[in-house]
Amino acid sequence: MEFKFDWEKNASKIEKLKEIIEEKKQKKGPLMPVLNQAQKLFGYLPIEVQRIISEGLNIPLAEIYGVATFYSQFSLIPKGKYTIGVCLGTACYVKGAQDIIDRIKDELDLEVGGTTKDRKFSLEATRCIGACGLAPVMTVNEDVYGKLNADEVPGIIKKY
Amino acid sequence: MELYRSHVLICRGTGCTSSKSDDMEVKLNELIKEKELDKEVKVVRTGCFGLCEAGPIIVVYPEGAFYSHVKLEDIDEIVEEHLLKGRIVDRLLYKGEEEEKIKSVNEVTFYKKQKRVALKNCGVIDPEDINEYIAYDGYMALGKVLTEMEPKDVINVIKDSGLRGRGGGGFPSGLKWDFTSKAEGDQKYVLCNADEGDPGAFMDRSILEGDPHAVVEAMAIAGYAVGANQGYVYIRAEYPIAVERLQLAIDHAREKGLLGENIFGTDFNFDMEIRLGAGAFVCGEETALIASIEGERGMPRNKPPFPANSGLWQKPTLINNVETYANVNQIILNGADWFKDIGTEKSPGTKVFALGGKINNTGLVEIPMGTPLKEVIYEIGGGIPNGKKFKAVQTGGPSGGCIPADLIDTPITYDSLTEIGSMMGSGGMIVMDEETCMVDIARFFLDFTVEESCGKCPPCRIGTKRMLEILERITSGNGEAEDIDKLERLAENIKSSALCGLGQTAPNPVLSTLKYFRDEYEAHVNEKTCPAGTCKDLVSYSIDPEACKGCTLCAKACPVDAISGERKEAHVIDQDKCIKCGACEEKCPFGAIINK
Ligand SMILES: Cc1cc2nc3c(=O)[nH]c(=O)nc-3n(C[C@H](O)[C@H](O)[C@H](O)COP(=O)(O)O)c2cc1C
Ligand code: SF4
Ligand code: SF4
Ligand code: FES
Ligand code: FES
Repeated sequence: MEFKFDWEKNASKIEKLKEIIEEKKQKKGPLMPVLNQAQKLFGYLPIEVQRIISEGLNIPLAEIYGVATFYSQFSLIPKGKYTIGVCLGTACYVKGAQDIIDRIKDELDLEVGGTTKDRKFSLEATRCIGACGLAPVMTVNEDVYGKLNADEVPGIIKKY
Repeated sequence: MELYRSHVLICRGTGCTSSKSDDMEVKLNELIKEKELDKEVKVVRTGCFGLCEAGPIIVVYPEGAFYSHVKLEDIDEIVEEHLLKGRIVDRLLYKGEEEEKIKSVNEVTFYKKQKRVALKNCGVIDPEDINEYIAYDGYMALGKVLTEMEPKDVINVIKDSGLRGRGGGGFPSGLKWDFTSKAEGDQKYVLCNADEGDPGAFMDRSILEGDPHAVVEAMAIAGYAVGANQGYVYIRAEYPIAVERLQLAIDHAREKGLLGENIFGTDFNFDMEIRLGAGAFVCGEETALIASIEGERGMPRNKPPFPANSGLWQKPTLINNVETYANVNQIILNGADWFKDIGTEKSPGTKVFALGGKINNTGLVEIPMGTPLKEVIYEIGGGIPNGKKFKAVQTGGPSGGCIPADLIDTPITYDSLTEIGSMMGSGGMIVMDEETCMVDIARFFLDFTVEESCGKCPPCRIGTKRMLEILERITSGNGEAEDIDKLERLAENIKSSALCGLGQTAPNPVLSTLKYFRDEYEAHVNEKTCPAGTCKDLVSYSIDPEACKGCTLCAKACPVDAISGERKEAHVIDQDKCIKCGACEEKCPFGAIINK
């Protein structure tokens, strides 16, 4: 997939990012907080954003890239409009979470960590979300679906 | 404070919030206002009650009526009947295994065997209201420490109490505090490890969501004891509610002068900040956590030096787990002897577990150390659902092991769990029944460690990958005779040569299942069968023509139309089409679907 970082469309976000950098710079160890906020702001961390952070915090770009690629919450490519998270925590796994993932993969022709071509859905395997009482559990953005059965998957996806 | 005739506690822990208790809270408040009950009835938003399985949960005091599985539509009735007319809504009361309606929280078996120290306030107070925390003796321990005790006295109390780290390792906390206090350095730090890496656990999360001030207070006490004026809580970004409530707690404590300068009018200064993780399990390891706060990749560092001497920014640093801190205030207030009276000699106090998997009462439990596993599973947990047979219980997450049925009388202490090849861990406790394949569980955990290995040292990076490949081979029916021996050899090598705890403990799930369930491995390798019937490549579904009544339910359930047959005649499964989803087995009312 190819996409270009749109400087114009992102102008106000870039302003905001610069403010965040100025604020966090006052504290020790600013890189993780800045990356976290940037990920939230842009939904991903394109090289252009990393470069702004590099200049703002005076940290070499290579180091920033190294950190950004280490943590699974940081993404270098944009995610889909909806992120489907299937809990693969132990409690959900023993209650059949793998079947749920397999079904979503089939339905959307999608691998874990991938995004559909229309950029509508991304699929992620998450860890315990603290709702083990509802295992197996999946989330679509903020919505939580529990006590799932693979057969309910298509219906849930259709809602979005 | 105003007096209310009734308090309505509504669980806003993650489990219940996921089932829409947030909307219920809004509706409750709306209706109470509408009926003009708002001067008489107070709605209190609390953290997890523990019995998440029965959620969403609402408890109404003074009666202590314990409503479970509440739905948004039920709120009207609760307000109309109970709050307005004073009639308990029987229909919604929690039913125990005895199938009798239980009226009051105190009668629920689930709670009877528990002892709440770390979870004292969870499900009791509104975590977003500092005044409630204070009303329940909050910040009294900090006051006592600052006005009546020298730092070394504080350390001695913690030492005497025998408190051990609840993050997994079980290291004596008092000793750690002592080392940090004695380390040379003008600047010191206090850290709280809230990275909660065990993939099936949510103890720390629940404490932060249900009683965040407990952690703030204890960290300030620790700061005073070791001589630090700055604290950091490193918390998973995946825990938004916990982050929000902890931030509120910090802000409120600061407003009240319980954080900041000259706390309680003394010359003690202490402040704290939240730092978010970004989804790397290895960052739960203390040196990796420190690297991450410093803004680096979260890779473990060689020890020594230990954080107590050279930690965050090379300064002496105390690092403890959330639950460890949650015990501190109680120990200060009630004394070391009180704490030692709970639990066993070498493992004093309680432990919180996230009980999950194939168990009736999924949820959060806190028990005195030394309680036998059996009691947790059968009495508190209510046993295995659907009449299935108990097979094993897993503790310690990816670093722990599976404990078989014949060891279920083992008391829960640090040492006894290690002795039988598992470990206490941070508190995940997952129950497995006869339908859980132990080889597949080992594969599941290895898959996790391979993904989470930071890659710094080869035994972990490459060794665990090789182990995973072998396990994948075995579970897919391609296992070879030497594979089991190979697994054992690799496991021993990785254990002895990996740099950090992640690698050193990664083989444990494999070793413990090999020890107790070797026959399952052998069945996969030699007979190419999966005794539990879960490894898809090793099972096939067929229909017993004798038992099949031709009800067509299975054919309707099959997502790929693999089942054919006339109504009232035996059905058959087309093996080429079958994707082994098991849907037919679940639907057949006559048990005619055979899976082997
Ligand atoms: C791979 C790995 C992951 C860990 N994850 C956690 C964790 O999620 N939470 C935690 O408190 N401790 C975790 N620990 C243990 C910490 O390194 C450290 O021992 C602990 O935070 C100390 O606090 P305590 O003495 O209060 O338990 C982990 C250790 C290893 C090796
Ligand atoms: S044992 Fe694994 S996680 Fe630990 S340092 Fe080595 S590679 Fe990294
Ligand atoms: S296991 Fe699934 S795919 Fe196979 S016959 Fe049964 S319902 Fe159909
Ligand atoms: S393991 Fe899935 S919610 Fe806990
Ligand atoms: S989240 Fe409500 S009882 Fe656990």
